[in-house]
Amino acid sequence: MYDKTIAEQSRALARGELSSVELTQSYLDRIRQFDGDINSYITVTEELALDQARAADERRANGDAGVMTGIPLAHKDLFCTEGVKTSCGSKMLDNFIAPYESTVTARFKDAGAVMLGKTNMDEFAMGSSNENSYYGSVKNPWDKAAIPGGSSGGSAAAVAARLAAGATGTDTGGSIRQPASHCGITGLKPTYGRVSRWGMVAYASSLDQAGPMTRSAEDAAIMLNTMAGFDPRDSTSLEHSVPDYTATLNDSLEGLTIGLPKEYIAAGLDADVEQQIDRAITEYVKLGARVKEVSLPNAGLCIPAYYVIAPAEASSNLSRFDGVRFGHRCEDPQDLMDLYLRSRSEGFGEEVKRRIIVGTYALSSGYYDAYYRKAQQIRRLIRDDFLNAFKECDVIMGPNAPTAAFDLGAMNNDPVAMYLSDIYTLSVNLAGLPGLSVPVGMANNRPVGLQIIGPHFAEARLLNIGHRLQQVTDWHLQSPALI
Amino acid sequence: MAIDASEVRKVARLARLAVDDSAIAATTITIGNILAMVDRMQSVDTQGVPPLAHPLEAIQRLRQDEISETDQREQLQSCAPAVEEGLFLVPRVIE
Repeated sequence: MYDKTIAEQSRALARGELSSVELTQSYLDRIRQFDGDINSYITVTEELALDQARAADERRANGDAGVMTGIPLAHKDLFCTEGVKTSCGSKMLDNFIAPYESTVTARFKDAGAVMLGKTNMDEFAMGSSNENSYYGSVKNPWDKAAIPGGSSGGSAAAVAARLAAGATGTDTGGSIRQPASHCGITGLKPTYGRVSRWGMVAYASSLDQAGPMTRSAEDAAIMLNTMAGFDPRDSTSLEHSVPDYTATLNDSLEGLTIGLPKEYIAAGLDADVEQQIDRAITEYVKLGARVKEVSLPNAGLCIPAYYVIAPAEASSNLSRFDGVRFGHRCEDPQDLMDLYLRSRSEGFGEEVKRRIIVGTYALSSGYYDAYYRKAQQIRRLIRDDFLNAFKECDVIMGPNAPTAAFDLGAMNNDPVAMYLSDIYTLSVNLAGLPGLSVPVGMANNRPVGLQIIGPHFAEARLLNIGHRLQQVTDWHLQSPALI
Repeated sequence: MAIDASEVRKVARLARLAVDDSAIAATTITIGNILAMVDRMQSVDTQGVPPLAHPLEAIQRLRQDEISETDQREQLQSCAPAVEEGLFLVPRVIE
């Protein structure tokens, strides 16, 4: 049953073919058997999961079960989960037991879903390979010499290895889409403001967005139904009505216009990846869509703009980690400055420190206009490029990354090279647009995902487009062989 | 734009981060590389382009000034390193 999608498991639970306790236990057994090698979980909440599974079974017996009731999920370790360790992949929060529940995890709890545990991630969501975690790298279940992608590498690997039926992730610069692509699963970054950020530890407040990571677009739609919606506790949450994302999954794609940005076929896009993307687009043409070249003239500037804006916002958000109210505190602080300097320097890893320094510099007096303000001007140009392109097409398609997953350790000495690989995902966050990644093939035996980008609030359309492909191809049903 | 070690130290201190003497040279080079990459922004003319802070240009939502939260001090301080009588303890601040 662990091989089935959430939709199938939900139907099986409803028919009484198995209990949530059995389903949950099967995942817990698999985690014990396989996760030592993959390292996708930081915390496995075994007893809590079984308690929740028992409660779900009881709820079902009382006729009160919904589609998510009893479904075992994993949550990225930056969602505050009350009473459960919430580490953000960092030594800074290694001792942090969240005193309250995030809106996203609360919604799943209220729906009766089961939490198997908290997944590994790049520290404070900063990274594209899940090699920046205090708890060690996550391995790609398809090829353990490869990265799973990041920062939601643990969630992606857990779903790919069938160590959870679905997982939550977050995406600030590609951190759902890129690991979904590298791990051969489906991942959705919703429109900025679609899903509440309350209780989700902040990295870059104008870019962060939570989303589902699943085995299918249908499952993503099911999870998004629970996750999406206005939350008065998040001041950036938008009051936009939530449709039933599963209702339009089967809509026809006749007449859909797919925009292909000419800037996307750039030097550095791996030929095998390009081939998988092209083949997927051919499937869409067979389904009734047509293709049109569009232009995103400022596409390349997304990298410098993002790597000013995100570090700047992070430098502000991470200033709360000061050894005073929560998190790591150094031994025997001599004075306040010593408390701050040592607590922060001991608690944060190298990449986090780098980004805080870059961000602080970009915001500092004398440099603010040349860096932060300039980056925000470029942000408008990038967003406007998309708005113009969407006058000529319904959605934009392309890769999530220039190559399939690279080897563990391959980019460790060169942060800038790692940043450059984010080129296909960053602009979507800068513009606040929704983006979906669906698996479409392999390159050198490592998964490749197709990225589908839509206008603001087009999640239902994106999921429909992903689902229709998954009805005529079976890439999303493939699973890695686990030894 | 090149950056030197003293500037890196200054910025690090603003961010309340310590950079080891043994690490300062390497950190300066890495930060310099990142800033060099970021300098590509200067290649485009943005004269007259308003900065975009929020991708959908939403404005800050306001609410009524009414008390809606309950006192959860004990619960919320349960994860603090040092607390006494409901106050967070820190090293002496005032000389």
